[in-house]
Amino acid sequence: MNTNRPFPQEARPMNNSDLVQRSSALPPGADRPQPWGGGPTPPPVRPARRRSLAARMGLSTGGWIGFAMVCLALLVAVFAPWIAPHSVGAIVTPDVFAGFSAKLPLGSDYLGRDMLSRIIYGTRLTVLLALAAALLAAITGTTLGLLAAVAGRAIDETMSRLLDAVTSIPSKMFALMIVAAFGSSLTLLILTAAISYMPGSYRIARSLAVNISALEYVQVARARGESAIYIACVEMLPNMLHPMLTDTGLRFTFVVLLLSGLSFLGLGVQPPYADLGSLVRENIAGLGDGAPVVIMPALAIAILTVGVNLLIDGLPHRGRRKVAPTTDGGH
Amino acid sequence: MSTNQNNLVEVRGLRVVGSRPGEPDTTIVHGVDFDVSRGEVLALIGESGSGKTTIALSLMGHARSGCRIAGGSIRIGDTDVRALSPKGLASLRGRKVAYIAQSAAAAFNPSRAIIDQVIESALIHGTLSKRAAKAKAVELFRALALPEPETIGRRYPHQVSGGQLQRLMAAMAFITDPELVILDEPTTALDVTTQIDVLKAFKRVIKEYGMTAVYVSHDLAVVAQMADRILVLSDGQVREAGATGQILHAPAHPYTQSLIAAVTPTAAASHTEAPEAKQQSRPPLLEVRRVMAGYGRKDARGWPSKLILSEVDLSIGRGQTVGVIGESGSGKTTLAKVIAGLVPSAGGSLLLDGEPLAGDLDHRTKEQFRRIQIVFQNADTALNPVHSVGRALARPLEFYHGMRGERAKKRVTELLELVRLPASVASRCTAELSGGQKQRVNLARALAAEPDLILCDEVTSALDTVVGAAILDLLRDLQRELGVSYLFITHDIAKVRAISDDIVVLYAGHRVETGNRDALSTPPFHPYSHLLVSSAPELRAGWLDEASERCHRTLAPIGPSADNPELCTFLARCSMRIDGVCNQTTPSLRTLGNGAQVLCHRSEADLIRFQASPAPATLAHVERA
Repeated sequence: MNTNRPFPQEARPMNNSDLVQRSSALPPGADRPQPWGGGPTPPPVRPARRRSLAARMGLSTGGWIGFAMVCLALLVAVFAPWIAPHSVGAIVTPDVFAGFSAKLPLGSDYLGRDMLSRIIYGTRLTVLLALAAALLAAITGTTLGLLAAVAGRAIDETMSRLLDAVTSIPSKMFALMIVAAFGSSLTLLILTAAISYMPGSYRIARSLAVNISALEYVQVARARGESAIYIACVEMLPNMLHPMLTDTGLRFTFVVLLLSGLSFLGLGVQPPYADLGSLVRENIAGLGDGAPVVIMPALAIAILTVGVNLLIDGLPHRGRRKVAPTTDGGH
Repeated sequence: MSTNQNNLVEVRGLRVVGSRPGEPDTTIVHGVDFDVSRGEVLALIGESGSGKTTIALSLMGHARSGCRIAGGSIRIGDTDVRALSPKGLASLRGRKVAYIAQSAAAAFNPSRAIIDQVIESALIHGTLSKRAAKAKAVELFRALALPEPETIGRRYPHQVSGGQLQRLMAAMAFITDPELVILDEPTTALDVTTQIDVLKAFKRVIKEYGMTAVYVSHDLAVVAQMADRILVLSDGQVREAGATGQILHAPAHPYTQSLIAAVTPTAAASHTEAPEAKQQSRPPLLEVRRVMAGYGRKDARGWPSKLILSEVDLSIGRGQTVGVIGESGSGKTTLAKVIAGLVPSAGGSLLLDGEPLAGDLDHRTKEQFRRIQIVFQNADTALNPVHSVGRALARPLEFYHGMRGERAKKRVTELLELVRLPASVASRCTAELSGGQKQRVNLARALAAEPDLILCDEVTSALDTVVGAAILDLLRDLQRELGVSYLFITHDIAKVRAISDDIVVLYAGHRVETGNRDALSTPPFHPYSHLLVSSAPELRAGWLDEASERCHRTLAPIGPSADNPELCTFLARCSMRIDGVCNQTTPSLRTLGNGAQVLCHRSEADLIRFQASPAPATLAHVERA
């Protein structure tokens, strides 16, 4: 995860651009730090908020492709009921495993349902479930990580060892166990995925927070007598937000794959609902006939996960971020 | 100027620009001309951002990422550097032109033995066989006065000290007998006492091998020792060029004059409002009594495994400044952190206004927090990059004084005015400020609490000389206006003399000397203070030779030390140690005639006799100032 540069790297006082800028006799430009660190494009003289979104994101080509794929998946997820030509369960043709046609753009499934509508609804379910689980994992992980960094050694040690133990359980086995014990429901799936991926998020949040807590502005806040909660939320959290968001994106991909895997095994989303994984399983019989519909839900999973990965890799590296330019004016 | 055969380097109209896609280029170096004749040491001097390193790098045909050499010619010997292909440049670098960087620790690969890295460039360029290169390296180690020249190469970079590593890097550069050596701030990161050794070694080798060198530095006093000629740069332009003597003694350009003025900080105007009378009745503002502190696990006695401070005493009066001086690792910063409560003390006591002050953060009251504020060395990391200046200043106002909204805004403006910054700075992001401005904001944040005591931890060390001098002036003005006290921590004896009333000298966590400013201006000193005083570079040529003679008397041989943890900590480096006394018994604190307290066995007469010859270094310094 090369995008997860720990914070101190960007605070290095002397990088090249710093020198470049300092030698100019211009008054300090208003080069604000931008949401994703600002790529090579941002002009220094204009304030950031007037820059176009494109310039602010500073994505690479791969990043843009990923961005488009993620946007597509999100749009489909949000507007599923409006764009799907048929309802999820409607059997629209007697012809099972029909090929592509003008009427059924992606053919029909093993019951003669419209595959396009099935995939659209499947994407909606997959995205929502994975998003909920990834966010839940990230929020609990970050909270616990911050807590570990400010709360002192005993709490830190206990929590770290406990969560290490959770990490040691393979996530798929854990999920199988939970489903076997409690049965399958959407809430349970979200919780299971969140619990499996929370320790990783905690680890990253903790290491970022420990790095930041050694920085002098945190020391100053401690010497000022600030409470641990203030230090964690106001001084530390904003500085670890970007790496944590990146991490959440990656975790989202893992959750998609976990949920799809579970559904493929028949333990995930239960009929009549279907997510992308269960769509693959339902139509597995079509493989023998060489029906093209089998591959469509798999492609949808690929678009979602590859898209998120491309987007994250395409984000500009934090280390390359410009430290704001200045002259030693005012002396 | 016509082409002179005697010139090794000729640079004409050098322009370096920084470019970013989609915007006009910024010129970093504006048409610089200079020559370096064979066997000459030319110094490039200027503040950060003046383009000195950029110029030095362009001599190797290199421009840092985002920059490019846009015009002019660079000629080294009969090579036109700008016309070289990448392959040609590769054979130039390390072979004809060698570079010694500021941070030796970053230039060595920690996983390979030093000798392999030192001879690497000779092997790459094929100038020497492996055996010959090793022999040459040992010869260079000897010339650079490294200990155990035969075997030091077998060590790994973490097994030698910073000053030794810097010299080893010089050996790496010299191994191919380059025609030109570029030294880029090679001693800036070192302690003054180490700096002397390194400078001396460099000077000797350059002289011995008749090397041509370009010495990049911001420190005029260091340059005065090394260079034959000086080029003063600012904003990418040559302000003045001349022989070292002329630049130092008869600077023509106002910028050079301001640089020289900043090197010699003027002593504080004597405090006319004698606070002595008041002090008699009231306890000092802060008293530190026999404080111990350290890191690591605590043992049975409650002492940490690594003791950093042992039994340090200190007392700061109202409106007074106490300077703390020592090398890196002497415990200066730990002392400040103990007072601020960031490092819990393991023993001793802290008294604020005669009232006990808890050793850790949890047991201090908000009022105690308010009265002691800390300002750190590194202005860049001391301000939260996501907060605006206004927000950073408003927080202590709200936290300590419950000030919000318009009132807080008004106060923020006042505070900025107090540290001589325009009010418009308040809405700016801290990353947009320069180092000096950030340090002013840090000070303003400390002042927002309306403290009685500000702990200044190397506040000027990361800044340029001129900017640092301005901050020092500001501190003095604020003290006069607000009556605030400072604990001023630094490694720079000139600065500490300029601002402090009392000075504490720390060595390895022990307080070896305490005295007022005058006591620390002339002998007698504690031997360690003497080493510090005579190691601080002075602005005159020839100081280096004198000083190295003074600092490098052969140490008297002594027998094995008694098993006594309370022995003098400076024993191993002390040139005045006495066999049978210093290595056997604990030194006691004695008071000298000038009021200073020293932790030493030597009598006052001995100290004076040792330190008086040759002519007291400080005298010349004081006269100049």
